[in-house]
Amino acid sequence: MSDRIEVQKTYKTYVGGSFPRSESGHYYKVFDSEGDFLANACRCTRKDFRDAVLAARAAFKGWSSRTAYNKGQILYRIGEMMENRRDQFVKELGQIGFTKEEANADINASIDRLIYYAGWTDKYQQVFGSVNPVASAHFNFSILEPTGVVSVLAPENSPLLGLVSVIAPIIAGGNTCIVHASEQYPLPSISFAEVLNSSDVPGGVVNILTGIRSELVEHFSSHMDVNSILYTDKIDKETKVKIDELASNNIKRVVKKNITDWYEKDSASPYFVVDFQETKTTWHPVGF
Amino acid sequence: MSETKTKETTYKPTSPNSKLDFASLWEYSAAPESSANLEIKEKYDLFIGGKFVKPSKDRYFKSVNPSSNEEVTQFAEATQKDVDKAVKAARKAFKGEWSDLNPSSRGKYIYRIARMLQERAREFAIAESIDGGKPIRESRDVDIPLAAAYFFYYAGWADKLEYAFPGKKPEALGVCGQIIPWNFPLLMLAWKIAPALACGNTVVLKPAETTSLTAMMFAELVKDAGLPDGVVNIVTGAGQTGAEIVNHKDTDKIAFTGSTNVGKIIQKSLAGTDKKYTLELGGKGALILFEDAPIDQAVEGIINAIYFNQGHVCCAGSRLLVQENIADKVIMKLKDRLETLIVGDPLDKNTDIGAINSKEQFDRVNTYLELGVEEGAEVYQSKCSVPENGYFIRPTLFTNVSQSNRVVQEEIFGPVLTVQSFRTADEAIEKANNTPFGLAGGVWTDKGSKIFKVGSALRSGVVWANTYNKFDPTSPFGGYKESGVGREGGLHGLSAYLNLK
Repeated sequence: MSDRIEVQKTYKTYVGGSFPRSESGHYYKVFDSEGDFLANACRCTRKDFRDAVLAARAAFKGWSSRTAYNKGQILYRIGEMMENRRDQFVKELGQIGFTKEEANADINASIDRLIYYAGWTDKYQQVFGSVNPVASAHFNFSILEPTGVVSVLAPENSPLLGLVSVIAPIIAGGNTCIVHASEQYPLPSISFAEVLNSSDVPGGVVNILTGIRSELVEHFSSHMDVNSILYTDKIDKETKVKIDELASNNIKRVVKKNITDWYEKDSASPYFVVDFQETKTTWHPVGF
Repeated sequence: MSETKTKETTYKPTSPNSKLDFASLWEYSAAPESSANLEIKEKYDLFIGGKFVKPSKDRYFKSVNPSSNEEVTQFAEATQKDVDKAVKAARKAFKGEWSDLNPSSRGKYIYRIARMLQERAREFAIAESIDGGKPIRESRDVDIPLAAAYFFYYAGWADKLEYAFPGKKPEALGVCGQIIPWNFPLLMLAWKIAPALACGNTVVLKPAETTSLTAMMFAELVKDAGLPDGVVNIVTGAGQTGAEIVNHKDTDKIAFTGSTNVGKIIQKSLAGTDKKYTLELGGKGALILFEDAPIDQAVEGIINAIYFNQGHVCCAGSRLLVQENIADKVIMKLKDRLETLIVGDPLDKNTDIGAINSKEQFDRVNTYLELGVEEGAEVYQSKCSVPENGYFIRPTLFTNVSQSNRVVQEEIFGPVLTVQSFRTADEAIEKANNTPFGLAGGVWTDKGSKIFKVGSALRSGVVWANTYNKFDPTSPFGGYKESGVGREGGLHGLSAYLNLK
C-alpha cells in the first residue's frame, strides 16, 4: 500500500453533453453500504431540469433523424465503452454492497442489454410498421416515429442495470431523455454518463440528474415540453396520482411498468421501444 | 335565364381572368332525399343487457334537428345508477357468454353487424343528416359505408389476434367505456365498438347528446343481429353520464373521442388507476401547398379538407400554408370555389355544407369569427344564401393572419380556414408543427420525394399527400402531442383493446 493520497472524483450531473454542477449549488451526501461517507451528489432542482429539457429538445431533431444503422452502431459503441470501464463500475457497485461476482453480472447484463437494443434499432420498424391495403388509389403505410422528449424516473434499486435498461430502449427508438438517477445510489449513473460521453452519443440525447426524488417528481411530470414519462418502480398511490394528474396537462404518455427483477426476460423487449413511439400513417397518391 | 339576371348579384369575380359566372350557371332545383321510410320513435330508452330500459330517474332530453331547430325525438338521460347497471350487464356478458364463444363465432356476429348496416344504410344516412345536420351526400357516401367497413374489417381480426403482436399472447381487457363525439356519430361508434368486440371485450358506449339517434338505431340492429345480451350497452346523456362511465370502478378501459380539453379532464380523472385509455382529441391540421402542385386539384383538396362536414372534423385541414409566389392565385381560386358551395338543407343532395351541429357550436364558431377580425385578419365569406331557420355558417377564409393569432392556434371546429404563406419548405414545416396539436397534415406537391421528406418532418399521426380527409378501416388514425394517445383503425388499433401478455 502506498501512502499516496487518492484523487477523488467530483460527481456532477450530465446535461447537454457536459458535466455541470447543480445550478442551485445544493448537494446531498451519498453513503456506502457500511454507512460511511462516499461522495457529495448534486441535489438538482427545477432549474436543472429545465436546462436538461432544453438540451434534450435541442438534441431531438438530430438524434431522431440519424439512420437506424447509425443509432445501432452508437448503442453498440456504448457497450464497447462499458467493457472498457468495467473496473470502475465493479468498484462503485462494490461500495454499495454488490459482491464482485454480483457486480460483474450486473455489468455483463448491462452491456448485453445495450447490444440487444443496438440490434433492434433497424428492426422494430419492420416488425411493427405496416403497409395498409386501403380501398382507394393510395399507397398507405404506417411507420413508427419517436414520441419526443421522455422524462425517466430510473429504478431506485438497480443503479446500473436498471438504469441502462430504461435508457437503451428510449434512445434506440430515436427519443431523447432526462433521467433521474437512483436517489440512494446515484454514483454509477454519473459514471455511465462518462461512458455515454465517450461513445458518440450526441450531447443532450441522454441527460442525467441526481437529487431527491420527492423534490423532482413534480417537474419531471409537469413540464409542457416533455412528451412522455416512464417509471418502473412500485410507487405510493399519492405520487402515482400526482404524476398522472400533472401529465394530463399536455397529454403526456405515462408509461408505467412494474419491474423489480431486471434479469427477468420481459424486462427487455422490443415492446419497450414501441412504448415510446408514435404511429404515423401516410397516404401517398398512386397514379400516372 | 331572364329571371336570374334580374336577381341582385353581389359577387364579383375576383380576377379579370375568371371565366366563372356564378350568377347564371349555378342554379339548382331542390333535390331532397325522402325520409318517408325512416321511422323515428317519439322517445328512446337506454339499451342495457340486451333490452331497452327506462332511465332510473325517468328523465328524457330533447334532440333537435339543427337545420330547422325542430325536435327530432327524446333520449333517456342515464344517471349513475343506469351506468352502473350497464357496466354490470357488460361485466356479466364478458364473464359469461361472450368469452366462452370461440373467436370465429365472435367474428361472425361482427360480420353480421357489418352486413345489416349495409342493408339499412340509407335509413341510417337519413337519420344521421336529420339528427346531426350533415349533408346527405356525406352521410350516404362516407359515414355509413365506412362504419360498415370498419365492422367488416375488424370482424376478421377476431380469430387472428395471435398473429398481430409477435411474441405476445393477446387477452381481452374486459369492459370498455366508450364516449364518442357528435361529428361522425355512427362512424365513431364503429371505430369504438368494432375493434373492442373483435378483441373479445364488452362495451358501454355513450353517444353525444346532440346526436344519439343512429346509436339507438344501432342498438336495435344489435338486437336483431342476435348478439348475446350485455355485449353492447348504449347509454345516452350529456357530459355527466360520460363522467360516470369514466369514473366507474369496474371499467377496464376508457376510449374517448372529443375535444382536447375534455381529454385532459379524462386523463386527469383516471389518475392513479391502472385503466387503459385511448384519447382521440383535437387538431389544427396544416395544409402545405407547394408551388409545383397541380393547383386546381389542390384547391379541390383544400375545400374538402376544411369544409367537409361543416369543418366539424378533428383532423380538418384548417390552416393553409401556401408558397408565397402562388398565394394570390390560390386565394383567388379558393374564393371563386367558395362561391359555388351550397349551404343549406342537409337532406338535399345538392348541399355541400349542412347545418352547424348545435346552437352551442354555432355560437362558438361565431365567437371565433369575431375574434379573427379583432385580431386583425381579413375575413372572406361566400355570398350564398342560407336558410332562415337552423344554424348555418357560410364557408369562411381568414387571410392576413399570423402564427400567434388565436384563430391560427386554436381548434375552431367549423367551416373556417386561415391562410398563411411561406417561402421555404423548412419554414412551412416549422409553421405546421407550431401548435400544441399533432393529428393530421396535408402536403400538396407534384414531387414524390418532397411528399416523403415533408411528411416525415410533420409531427402528426396522419399525413395526406395530394388528398385529405380520407379514412379506411385498415389505416391507423390518431394524434401526436396534445391530439391524443393511441391509435384507432388497422392493426395498430387492436392494441388499444388487448392486454399483451
